[in-house]
Parts: sequence; C-alpha cells; structure tokens
Amino acid sequence: MTIHRWQLVPVATPASLRIAVCMAASIAAGLALGGLVFLLMGIPPVTAMLKMATGSFGSWYGFKETVTKAVPLTLIGAGLALCFRARVWNIGAEGQLLFGAVAATCVGLHLGPTLAGWPGIVLMFAAGAVAGGAWAAVPALMRIRWGVNEAVSSLLLNYVAAEFVQYLIYGPLKGKTQFGFPYSDDLPNALWLPTFYGSRLSWFPLVLAAAAVVVLTLISSRTRFGYDVRVVGENPAAAAYAGIPFGRTILSLMVLSGILAGIAGSSEIAGLHHHLTYPWSISSGYGFTAILTAFLARLHPGWTWLSALLFGGLLVGGDIIQTSLGLPFATVNIFNGLVLVAILAGEYLISHRLVRRSAEGGPR
Amino acid sequence: MTELLTSVIGRSIAASTPLLFGTLGEILTERAGIMNLGVEGMMAVGAVTGFAVGFHTQSPWLGFAAAVAAGALLALVHAVLTVLLRANQVVSGLALTTLGLGLSGLIGRSLIGKPLPCRFAEAPLPLLSELPVLGKALFSQDILVYLSFAAVPALWLFLFRTRAGLAVRAAGENPHAAEAMSVDVVFVRMISVVIGGGFAGAAGGYLSLAYIPAWIEGMTAGRGWIVVALTMFSLWNPARALIGSLTFGCLFVGQYFLQPYGISPNLLMMLPYLATLAALVQGATASRTRSQCAPAALGQPYERGIR
Repeated sequence: MTIHRWQLVPVATPASLRIAVCMAASIAAGLALGGLVFLLMGIPPVTAMLKMATGSFGSWYGFKETVTKAVPLTLIGAGLALCFRARVWNIGAEGQLLFGAVAATCVGLHLGPTLAGWPGIVLMFAAGAVAGGAWAAVPALMRIRWGVNEAVSSLLLNYVAAEFVQYLIYGPLKGKTQFGFPYSDDLPNALWLPTFYGSRLSWFPLVLAAAAVVVLTLISSRTRFGYDVRVVGENPAAAAYAGIPFGRTILSLMVLSGILAGIAGSSEIAGLHHHLTYPWSISSGYGFTAILTAFLARLHPGWTWLSALLFGGLLVGGDIIQTSLGLPFATVNIFNGLVLVAILAGEYLISHRLVRRSAEGGPR
Repeated sequence: MTELLTSVIGRSIAASTPLLFGTLGEILTERAGIMNLGVEGMMAVGAVTGFAVGFHTQSPWLGFAAAVAAGALLALVHAVLTVLLRANQVVSGLALTTLGLGLSGLIGRSLIGKPLPCRFAEAPLPLLSELPVLGKALFSQDILVYLSFAAVPALWLFLFRTRAGLAVRAAGENPHAAEAMSVDVVFVRMISVVIGGGFAGAAGGYLSLAYIPAWIEGMTAGRGWIVVALTMFSLWNPARALIGSLTFGCLFVGQYFLQPYGISPNLLMMLPYLATLAALVQGATASRTRSQCAPAALGQPYERGIR
C-alpha cells in the first residue's frame, strides 16, 4: 500500500499569474490583520478601513493626495529596488532625502531673484541630487574601506541627518520672516513648482518619477550594469569570479539611490513646503516606506509606481484616521509592517507548491 | 564635585542599561545565526506593554514580565519568517521595526502623560552603596540595573561553557555540521530569536518602568539601532557589550552636561549616532581571533539536508 502525503516542493520559476495572485492575497491578508489589530484595540475596523480607502482612493481630491505621496515613494523605491537586488542594503534614504532638501533649500535661498524660474528650479534639483548622492556615498565607502555593514551605518546616518536639519532650522537657517517658527525663509515664488489646479501635486516631480521608473527598468534589464547587479545579488562568489567589481557596484547603487532620494527631497521643498521645516514634516517617513515599496514591487523598478500608489494611499488613509478617529500617526505603520510580513510569508507560497505524492519510491 | 561625578556616573549606568539588555539579546540571536534588525520595534512594544501592565496592575514586576513577553512575542514573528519560512532577515527585521513602532503608538495612545504609580525604585545595596563616589553610583541603582549586570556573566557562561550554548554557536557557525552533531538547528534558532526578543522587550520595559518612567511615543529614539551596532562592536561577546553600553550611556548623559557650553543641543544629539558609527568601524576593523568573528552562517537561511 502506498501512503500519500502532502508536501511543499520548491518551484524554480513561478508563473506570473501565480505571483500576481499570491501578492494580491498577501496584501489582502496584511490589511486584514491590520483590521484585526483595530478590532482588538476597540476601534471599529470596518469604519476605520472604509475611511482610509475612501479618503485615499475614493475621491478625486484624495487620489491627488495619494499621487502626491506616491511620487517620492516611486523615486526612492525604484532606486532601492535596484540596490536590494544586489543585496546592497540602503536603509538611509530618509537621511539622503533630508540632505537633498537641505541642499535644494540653500541653493534656492541663495539664487533668490537672480535666477528665477526653470533654470533656478533645475539648479535646486541638481543640488539636491548631488547632496543625496554624496550622503549615500558615506555608508558605501565605509563598507568598501572598512567592511562596515551598510544597513546599520546608513540607518544611523538618518538620525544624524534629522538632527542636522533641526540644527539648521533652529540655528543658521532660521528664517527672519517666519514669526519665530523654526523654518527657513520661504523660497522666492518664482522657484515654487507649478501645481495641478486645485491640488498640491506638481507635474515636474511626477515626470521625474516616471522617467526614473523607465530608465531604471531599462538599466536593470538591458545593460551590463543591470546584469552585474543581479549577479552580485544572487551569487557574490560567481560575481567575483566573473570579475565584477563589487566595490564599484555598491558605490554606484548607493549613490544612484541617494541621488533619487535627494531629488525627492528637493521636490518636497520646491513643490510643497517652500522652506526647510522639521525633518518629520519634510518627509513623512518616505525613506522607510520606500523600502516597503521596493519589496512590494518584488524589486522590479518597473512596478514601483504601483506599489507606491498603495503605500501612498495608506499614508493618506493614515492621515485621515489620525484626524477623524484620533489615532496616532504611527498607526499606519501597523499596516505597513503587516503588509510587509504578509508579503514575506507570501514569498514562500510563491516559491513553493503543495503537491500530493507517495511517501515511498516517489521522486525526491 | 564628587556629587556631580557620582550623579554623572550613576545616570550613565542607568542610560546604558537598556542598551546592555538589548545588546545581550541580539548577541544571543546572532550567535545562533539570525540577524534581527527589529530591535527598535521590539523595544518600543516592550516599553508600551510594560508601562500599560505596570500602570493597570500597579506592579512593576508584572509590567517588566509583560515587557519581556511582548518583545519575545514580536520576535516570534521574525523567527517564523526567517527560520521556518527562510525569508530575508534584513527585510523581516525592518518589518518588525515598522510593525512594533506602529503597535506601540496605537497601544500607548491613552497612556501618554500618565504617571506611573509603581516605578522600580532605587535599591541601594547595603555596605557597597556607602563606598565613596563609585559606591553610590554603582550600587544605588534599581534592581533591573543589577539584573542587567548579572546577565553579562550569565550569558557568557551559557554561550561558552554549556552544551546548550555550544549548540547555539554551532547553529550560527555551521548549521549543517551542527545538524550532524544532532543539534536541532531550526529549534535552536527559533528559541534564540525569541529569547533575544525577550531581552529587547526587557530593554523597553526598563525605559518605561524605571528610566523615564512614563510612556512617550518614540521614546526608544533609535536605541534599537544603536543596539544592533553595539552587537557588531561587541564582537558577539557579552563582556565587550558591557564596555560598549557603558560608553554609550556616558555619551547619552554627557550631551546634557555639554549643553550649558553653548553647543547646539541638536549637534550634541548627533554624538551617540556618530560614536556608534565610529564603534562600527572599530568593530569591523579590530584584529580578532576566531571566536571574535561574526558567526559564519549569520544571515543565511538554513534548510535541513540542502546545502
């Protein structure tokens, strides 16, 4: 008598449909778990989640807010997706974003009326990109020179950057026209990004984010560098044999993602705030949420815009339940965390299949 | 002057205690081959749970036990994901941090600004606490500080002088060889991650039940990440963890003593993080013996029978 039993066997190359279904199920499971937490905490889950959904995707205004938040998430997430493919752990995008914001503000305030309009705006963004890239180079160089784990060092630099921004707004950059608030002076009007009518959404960063998605997708699928990135991530030993320079790959990836984070920081200043403000106002945790964005996109830069929309919606929904249900803003992290946990667990379902086979004599 | 010195040293030791608890837990976790970047989240959940239970039961011990349990419970999520499902350890740790910070914010929303009726009080040790300067600083602390000190030799003895400790280290160095030695690697790794999480919860409980004592959202303030860095600095040795945490305790306190000299408080707040970076470099470049290297299988998922 043969005994049959269920077994999980690995799937080498899962079909796209299987991936899509498992991802959708994971996201749903993560959100449902968040609802369960609400229920346990005595918050009506259905009301809360309906409020989140209608606030972020249910109205034209809400959707524009969602897109406004999805833009920096896409910019940063696309860069991080490439980093994480090579198992280069840039956890410091938050700090890189802040340094981009600082540089863009400084340039904007200095240019003032001399170089108004687009040349000035482009210069601001260029400064932000350089600053973000330079801040990201620090953990990369520490890794190459001394072997310091870049996940921890880049994360610690976030705290340094946040304190630096606060030092600036309370000290050297404190505005004379801000009625004592710890903000820098406002940028001249000519350097404000034009927004779509009736929203806070500017088209310039939207175009940049779209361009980043396209360019990074091409880089990762069509270029030698993209190939190197995959090999370094999947098999570092093979990469070394193939003569792929590990240090240069790390540095390029970190700087590239830092540049994109710096651009996101510049766009938050030029498009939304128009002055340097508290670090937690400049970025509502974009640097961290972009990590989730990259993973939800399964590290494909080409899909980051879609996962950025989901997390952008969650951020907007978090704002809404914060005001209407009096919940702390951190609440949205529960959803973010649970979605990520569910995706990680779902990855196992994607890569494993349940089969029934005979216990004796069957193929291993 | 001696009074000031006594109070600086005393406060530094208190400030180092959560770092020590956390680092000891992360050392245990990483010695078993699993990296847990979720310390910040486990600490936050420990802090809020400890405070909530202490607040409602009026018992600091029940609060502390709840903090430990909460940290361990959150670590169980990491254990299931990384050990059983072999998920990426970096990402799972980040998920834990995100989840923990979110949960702590939600659980603690009604506890903000409430006074704790039952903090851990100072428990001066007889005779020892009457020694000049160091006596009062070292031996006039609350009981959790003594507990954290006692945990240092305890963990060292466990890791390097017991069979179970050997199994933990084997699981982290070479899980396949360990399995051949009839060590149940999956079980050892799971239990190490969970107990390590208990330590992180203890660190949080210390913050909210003794150090501050109150619940403030975001009160962990990056200590979890400093713990991860201190673990690397400690070269996975409990004794070096003690040195590292004491140094950082001094830095945390020192920034307040430097403020009157006109240095921006924000620049001073950078000090612990910059010093952590320096410690990371020191830890990474220190010349070391075999037992001071990172566990060889750290970060690698283990699947029975498959190399």
